[in-house]
Amino acid sequence: MNPILVIAKRELGGYFASPVAYVFLVIYLLLAGFFTFMVGGFFERGAATLDSFFVWQPWLYLFLVPAVGMRVWSEERRMGTLELLFTMPVSPWQAIIGKFLAAWAVLALALLLTFPLVFTVNYLGRPDNGVILAGYLGSLLMAGAYLAIACMTSAATRNQVVSFILSVVVCLFLILCGWPPVTNLLVQWANPAVVDAVASFSVMAHFNSISKGVLDSRDLLYFASAIVFCLFATSVVLRTHRG
Amino acid sequence: MIQARNLTKHFGPKVAVDGISFTLEKGEVLGFLGPNGAGKSTTMRMVTGFIPPTSGEISVGGHDIAREPIAARRLLGYLPENAPSYSDMTVTGFLGFAAEMRGLSGDSKKRAIHRVAEMCFLGPVLQQGIDTLSKGYRHRICFAQSIIHDPEILILDEPTDGLDPNQKHEVRSLIRDMGKNKAIIFSTHILEEVEAACSRAIIIDRGRIVANGTPAELKARSPESGALTIHLGGSPGEGAGKKLRALAGVERIATLGENPLRVRLYPAKNTPSADLARAVLQAASAHAWQIEDLRIEEGRLDDVFRSITLPDTTKESRK
Ligand SMILES: Nc1ncnc2c1ncn2[C@@H]1O[C@H](COP(=O)(O)OP(=O)(O)OP(=O)(O)O)[C@@H](O)[C@H]1O
Ligand SMILES: [Mg+2]
Repeated sequence: MNPILVIAKRELGGYFASPVAYVFLVIYLLLAGFFTFMVGGFFERGAATLDSFFVWQPWLYLFLVPAVGMRVWSEERRMGTLELLFTMPVSPWQAIIGKFLAAWAVLALALLLTFPLVFTVNYLGRPDNGVILAGYLGSLLMAGAYLAIACMTSAATRNQVVSFILSVVVCLFLILCGWPPVTNLLVQWANPAVVDAVASFSVMAHFNSISKGVLDSRDLLYFASAIVFCLFATSVVLRTHRG
Repeated sequence: MIQARNLTKHFGPKVAVDGISFTLEKGEVLGFLGPNGAGKSTTMRMVTGFIPPTSGEISVGGHDIAREPIAARRLLGYLPENAPSYSDMTVTGFLGFAAEMRGLSGDSKKRAIHRVAEMCFLGPVLQQGIDTLSKGYRHRICFAQSIIHDPEILILDEPTDGLDPNQKHEVRSLIRDMGKNKAIIFSTHILEEVEAACSRAIIIDRGRIVANGTPAELKARSPESGALTIHLGGSPGEGAGKKLRALAGVERIATLGENPLRVRLYPAKNTPSADLARAVLQAASAHAWQIEDLRIEEGRLDDVFRSITLPDTTKESRK
């Protein structure tokens, strides 16, 4: 078996042997339900869309994804198993991808478990299922980007709390950097080109356009490159930490 | 199988390893000795490719560890210091993971797990979660992991740490047996282990090799080595000590006890201990002494260890 799969399998087993995966799934589903129905007013809208579900995704993930990702490398460093893993015949890349994929699979499972929403909205009306599918794709990609950030920060420290806080801060930055109140603030100091550049890092614009059903290659590229960049940074951080 | 040339490792301003070179062939068991913080674990981590050396080269089975790390690691089994393992797994799960990482699957994986479980006496805990095991068992599991693919080269950092005396004995004989057709490096603080299992030992102090040789050669460096210890029974009379001192080839005498008389004779540089022993026996029959014990000291490894790796305080104050 490919070492990436071996590592991913072990990692997945680890999530389900500990409460991490279950707690994450339950909390995610509860919160998603709460925001969609109570805060988002799913029924009151009278429209056959899942907008009230997807609009909260960036905020839900802001806390829940770092909570899943914070242990990916810090746990390994704290327990000393990093030394075991990195003296087996695998390249750091394979280990990084294997662990990332396992955690991403947990996030994907959570997303998959929201399927009753799709049934409900199809039962109640005639939604555009293509848009809904695009929304799921956008959510999955966004979860992947957040997760890659969490992997990166967890490689930097053996303390999970520090890792969690760092990744929440980075993710929050990515949410806020395109938000008008923040960009308006930035305009006062920096020239508009810089502000535009910073705003283009914003996860919101890219996620919103995908979840509207517009599959623009730039948005897909944005998430893909965020993932690749953060995983690359993870490998650099892991290498420097080994001394 | 292993060649290390001029390894150095700096951690910031600290020099942990300072120009270590050694080679290791198949069929050899090399012991690493040295005080805490000497650089044994750091050297092993560099040999396994876990940390890159600041300078120097390492080749493992003909593969340069920096250029072909994967090929080199395939040949290696490694037991890190403190024997880490994934505490969220069961013993079988963990060994299965290690086997799969080494490319074993299906039947060969099952057989490998069975083999190491037998060698390391893991039978009773195979289905147990690692987080519920005692320290010694966790140590044995990590040891089992290092030999699961029957590697040609084994690197063991304190393999008997935390084991009970029976297990220590088992691990030592395992190392000695496996050493016949593998190349093994292991570090230890237990000097008898070196004599019991090593074909060669290196003593490291402050990142440098201060002694390198077979256990017998190292023991010969002890000041006691070659000295004669004599116990005389009965009442050999007042002058027995003086008479022994006066024998040809005696450099120095140390009295270990009076009544019964116990002395140690140190032969002069070019006098073989056996010649001196013969002279003692002749003197004994001439003076009608009863010899209760007469032996040639081999020297003790811990004397050698202590004399060449002084603790920090003594070394500083001598400067
Ligand atoms: N990651 C690191 N960062 C800074 N210093 C380190 C690091 N790892 C080891 N050292 C230092 O390098 C020196 C050698 O450490 P090493 O662990 O190799 O010693 P050792 O011979 O294995 O000792 P022991 O017998 O206690 O296991 C020590 O002074 C240690 O403090
Ligand atoms: Mg050590």
